[in-house]
Amino acid sequence: MEATELRTFAIDNHLFRCIQCGKCAASCPMGFKTILNPRKLVYQALVAGEFDPKAHQELWDCTTCFTCSIRCPKEVDPGNMVIQLRSLLVQDGRIPGTLTTALKSIFERGNPLVMPARDRGAWVGDLDVKHLDDGADVFYFVCCTTSYDMRAQKVAQALVKLFNVAGVDFGILGEAERCCGSEVRRLGEQGEDSLFESLVEEWGEEMADYSYQRMVTTSPHCYDVFKHHYPMNGREVLHYTQYLAQLIQDGKLQFTNKIERRVTYHDPCYLGKQNGVYDEPRAVLKALPGLKLVEMDRSREKSLCCEGGGGRVWVEDPNPEKKLAAWRIDEALGVGAEVIATACPFCMQMLEDAVRTAGAQDKIKVLDVAELAAEAL
Amino acid sequence: MTEQPSRKPATLIIGAGISGIQAALDLADAGYQVHLVEKEPSVGGRMSQLDKTFPTLDCSACILTPKMVDVGRHPNIELLTYSEVEAVTPTPGGYRVSIREKSRYVDMEKCTGCGLCAANCRMKGRIVGQHDAGMGKRSAIYVPFPQAVPLKYTVDPQACLFLTRGVCGKTFLCVDACPAGAIDWEMKDQMIEREVQAVIIATGFDPVDAHLKPELGYGSYPEVITGLEFERLVSSSGPTMGKVMIGDKVPQDIVFIHCVGSRDRTIGHPWCSRVCCMYTAKQAHLVHEKIPNARVTVLYMDIRAFGKGFEEFYDRVREEGAVYRRGNPAEVLRRNGRVVVRAEDTLLGEFIEVEADMVVLAVGLQPRPDTQRMAGMFGLGLSADGFFQERHHKIFPVETDLPTVFLAGCAQGPKDIPDAVAQAKAAASSALIVMRQAELEAQSLVQIRG
Amino acid sequence: MARNPKIGVYICHCGINISNTVDVAAVRDYVATLPGVAVARDYTYMCSDPGQGLIVEDIGAHDLDRVVVSACSPRMHELTFRNAIVGAGLNPYCLDIANIREQCSWVHKDRDEGTAKAKALVASAVARAALLEPLETREVGVIKSGLVVGGGVAGVQAALDMARAGFPVTVVEMADHLGGRAMDLSHTYPLMERADDLLGQIVGALEIHPRATILLNSRLVDVSGYVGNFEATVQTHDNGTVTDHKLRAGAIVIATGFDPFDARLKPEYGYGQYPEVMTALEFEALVSPNGPTGGRVVVNGREPQQVVFIQCVGSRDRSVGNPYCSRVCCMYTAKQAHLVQQSLPQAQVTVLYMDVRAHGKGFEEYYDLVRETGINYRRGNPAEVLRRGDRLVVRAEDTFAGEFVDLEADLVVLATGMVPRAETAEVAHLLKLSQSADGFLLEAHPKLRPVETASDGIFLAGCVQGPKDITDTIAQAKAAAISAMIPFARGMVKVESATCLVDEDLCAGCGMCEEICPYGALRLDTHLGKMRANVVLCKGCGACSATCPSDAITLQHFTPRQVMAQVDVLLSV
Repeated sequence: MEATELRTFAIDNHLFRCIQCGKCAASCPMGFKTILNPRKLVYQALVAGEFDPKAHQELWDCTTCFTCSIRCPKEVDPGNMVIQLRSLLVQDGRIPGTLTTALKSIFERGNPLVMPARDRGAWVGDLDVKHLDDGADVFYFVCCTTSYDMRAQKVAQALVKLFNVAGVDFGILGEAERCCGSEVRRLGEQGEDSLFESLVEEWGEEMADYSYQRMVTTSPHCYDVFKHHYPMNGREVLHYTQYLAQLIQDGKLQFTNKIERRVTYHDPCYLGKQNGVYDEPRAVLKALPGLKLVEMDRSREKSLCCEGGGGRVWVEDPNPEKKLAAWRIDEALGVGAEVIATACPFCMQMLEDAVRTAGAQDKIKVLDVAELAAEAL
Repeated sequence: MTEQPSRKPATLIIGAGISGIQAALDLADAGYQVHLVEKEPSVGGRMSQLDKTFPTLDCSACILTPKMVDVGRHPNIELLTYSEVEAVTPTPGGYRVSIREKSRYVDMEKCTGCGLCAANCRMKGRIVGQHDAGMGKRSAIYVPFPQAVPLKYTVDPQACLFLTRGVCGKTFLCVDACPAGAIDWEMKDQMIEREVQAVIIATGFDPVDAHLKPELGYGSYPEVITGLEFERLVSSSGPTMGKVMIGDKVPQDIVFIHCVGSRDRTIGHPWCSRVCCMYTAKQAHLVHEKIPNARVTVLYMDIRAFGKGFEEFYDRVREEGAVYRRGNPAEVLRRNGRVVVRAEDTLLGEFIEVEADMVVLAVGLQPRPDTQRMAGMFGLGLSADGFFQERHHKIFPVETDLPTVFLAGCAQGPKDIPDAVAQAKAAASSALIVMRQAELEAQSLVQIRG
Repeated sequence: MARNPKIGVYICHCGINISNTVDVAAVRDYVATLPGVAVARDYTYMCSDPGQGLIVEDIGAHDLDRVVVSACSPRMHELTFRNAIVGAGLNPYCLDIANIREQCSWVHKDRDEGTAKAKALVASAVARAALLEPLETREVGVIKSGLVVGGGVAGVQAALDMARAGFPVTVVEMADHLGGRAMDLSHTYPLMERADDLLGQIVGALEIHPRATILLNSRLVDVSGYVGNFEATVQTHDNGTVTDHKLRAGAIVIATGFDPFDARLKPEYGYGQYPEVMTALEFEALVSPNGPTGGRVVVNGREPQQVVFIQCVGSRDRSVGNPYCSRVCCMYTAKQAHLVQQSLPQAQVTVLYMDVRAHGKGFEEYYDLVRETGINYRRGNPAEVLRRGDRLVVRAEDTFAGEFVDLEADLVVLATGMVPRAETAEVAHLLKLSQSADGFLLEAHPKLRPVETASDGIFLAGCVQGPKDITDTIAQAKAAAISAMIPFARGMVKVESATCLVDEDLCAGCGMCEEICPYGALRLDTHLGKMRANVVLCKGCGACSATCPSDAITLQHFTPRQVMAQVDVLLSV
């Protein structure tokens, strides 16, 4: 961007609000391991006179946890600025290889994992799950990762078990379900004529035709994007932890099996920091008999990002032992947890990888809140 | 109830800027006599030189003028303009004050303020006036500004050809032009004596002389001006009718430099001048308003937007596109016909050079040169910074070591308008207590004698 | 009513504020042709002495009986011009203002459009002016005593000035002692005087003053009346018994203070989570000579060796809805850092800041002194406070180094800002005052009327109007005191004359006006079955007149005839 363009960019993104206090930079979980520094990026956009996003490959390091934007005292939204800059790179076709594959796969197959659409419902197996065609109270939106990833599928299966026990009238879309586009957006494919816009348009329209009262999602990323960026025509969007907490409160779910384990909970950024859902997952865990919930120092608003967001989950990292998830596992071990529970397929994947890399499989397990709840039935 | 003793107690207020005006109005409204002494030909003080005021952007004249008119007309205020206090003598109930009313060479009773004298003066357009901070030129007979109170002309004894040289062509053009016959070359200074029970010192401040920072090029480069000069430039009643110009060019790149003569021990000014951050923010806003595509850079050390609505205003100005860069500039240089401001951007840790068409120096506030003399006259102390010393920095901010002498406004230290007004009212409250007690004492004396 | 009115019209240039967008001469020439207009003039600044002089002169010379000034908003100068025409012998209500600045020149760019609109506005004002009627100006007597709500530094100082000037004053304080939050401070900067000793001087002076009545454990629960004649109900709690007192006052000073920002709203700093993280006020209590440790700095049973101060906690922070600066935290932090350094010379003290706002007299000098004692000021708004082993870590970016730092700490002090007291909205409602965007009470004008409110006779002192240090609070409290005392000294106040008028022949006594009147000025006369207006309470807002289904209430000075004449002209051009 040359001077005029850059100034327009700065004004449009409210970068002039910035007072260079450094809150964003110090809040950035990646700042301690990469050269990503939102404050410096903002300052360059303000004073450098020109800016070449190509010279800033660290833009791809952002996990889109948005701690920077949430804490900014001047409402600058540096997180969004990073995504806007990514958009410029995307427009130029400058995008890391694995991410290109993911985006292409979403465009062609409706999922980022280069998996055939027809296999999307395969996880159901012989579980009692109906299709949303006939309408239902709850539209259970499963998510790409949860549908295809063998490990993540267990979460969906656990949820189905819980829904059935609670007598929930729910349906899924199976092969007809498509990627929500949350990460597409966060990779910079947003705005006019973007892949994300076309997803919202086509997919949003398609979903509107089904009959349901509320949508319940497995992934906080799907939850976030449906809640804030899709026309839901007045239908409620809930993350499953919110829904389970409600079922428990209404007495529809009761647990009898004792979970005699020390469990710590890792807040997914898209659930906690970005949407303020801190209490419900904990309420579910606390309802499980025998389970001892211990908090890590970094929890709730201070939770450390797992590094899976913003497409990072699809990026090969040459230094897996330095992943934020690895720090996270250290912290969990530090409070003596036998289980690190979470409620997000990306967090699950990142944390599991970290446990493997650290060779800590004997010391700690990564489980989803839904899995623990199902186990306690 | 006898609330009407033979003579109402009186307060002397020295200085008729916004602080003196406010204190005078409060005391006069409460029914007490005020002698308001101003050394300039008009009341109004520094505030009358400002264009708009932060953070509300009220035009300064619009909110000040009615107060000036009020002091001019108030039955309880004796307005003594173009006058200076020469001596004070303590008396049992207060002070006897000697005031020199300087000769205007114009009969105040006769002058109608029509301005024909100034229009005809041989020196018209040649005299650098104080009100325009050197940015505009007037005649040797003048009113400082159109809304002056009183609107009476004054002959500038330093500029008038006749008064300085003894000759003014074949005939006095001003005298010939004056339909009221108001010009009086025989007029002499008058000495006036007043008895007062309380005194409020509201003598204000001077802007710091930017020449004290030669590295910033003030005086060498016409592109470098002070904040006060910028006020006159941007003022609709100023010499350019509100056009921001350097020579005949509208500047595109404008650099504001903070803390010129403040927070600077090299020139013996360790204090913060309290108003420059915000007046600069306001000036940056005005630049954006007047020159839509202007590029504004503000070089600062700390932004002190501490008053009500100030931080919000600072937020607004940045959002309008002013680039704030942290660094106290080293120097202003000439290069290829432009000026260049050299600084370290302390956030980048890099040296930068910003080219500019105009550089505005946010000059600080300093004590007036006659502060020492005034303090000596009363036997008051000054604080280390040279401003008047209050009795206690926390709990007696307007009191002095003398029980009936009080401080208002920037005479005590730099202040913005709301704080100066609040402090002036506070001084008036203290003076009112003296007035009321004097009155009660007088009553009891009357009763005893009766 | 003036059958053949002689109207003078005065059009202001306002420097170039109006004349840039409005062809003032064209407006003047046009207006001169309107019926009833005897003289039309323009001038650079109508509000200036010569500007007003023009009007006064013309009233005499042309025998004018109505005046139209077309200039800025009437909020700015209606009173100025009313006073001017009164000086020339006219009734103050024979004036109309056409606002051609805020409502015309400032909102238009095109000169032709601006001129056309200005003509219409002035013509409509002329039409109304022709129908204006003189109204009697009324003065009422004043109760020469003050009521001060809040017994902190501001309230105490305001009351003390009133008492010393010879007026009885009552202070209503919620707590069981005077002095407020400032009495909880340990020392004051820059001289490190003990706060309780220092403030005890003014508190003590008030307590023994014969004209001061102090009601502790008390709060204001109701107020009625108007400037010069308020009646207040104060509730006092005493060992479980509640007593209501009625008291009368001529003026009220509101000095209810502030609340400290709740540090839990910044969860990243771990307040409430880590015992080593405390707020500035808690630190004051800790280092107070009257505190639990006799002033020694002890945390977790030991003397901290690494102390970090975090500035702007809950200030300048839109993420918690407080965009404003709290004005005092920079300096109290400097003082607290200084105290730590004095009592623990070996300790490493770091202050993390965004801008250091050492703005008052002697403040910068004090800030210089504090740094010189060996305190590190580092620029960076820290991200979070974390636990590492048995210590805390403050994570920040040093924005100068452009590097991340993890500062170890065994004491973290949060420089919490000031927020409006929880009861501010209640107080505002009780006294019909407005709050500014930041939630503090709104002054009448931020520059020139900083202690007045939109309600006559009610004044603001101290932090209820916005954050302030002790010095500025005292000055402002004294300022509020003199504003309150002016009517006491005069003995009389003017009250609004443009009030409502009930036509008893038309009134059906339905009571709808009583419901809508915000000032309680309308009451049903049960004997007659008609509404009665208390014109002293009426502020002339017109709500009753618009509500009355029978058109039985007229708002004087804004009668249907006057307003419709104005509207007709606007619609016809």
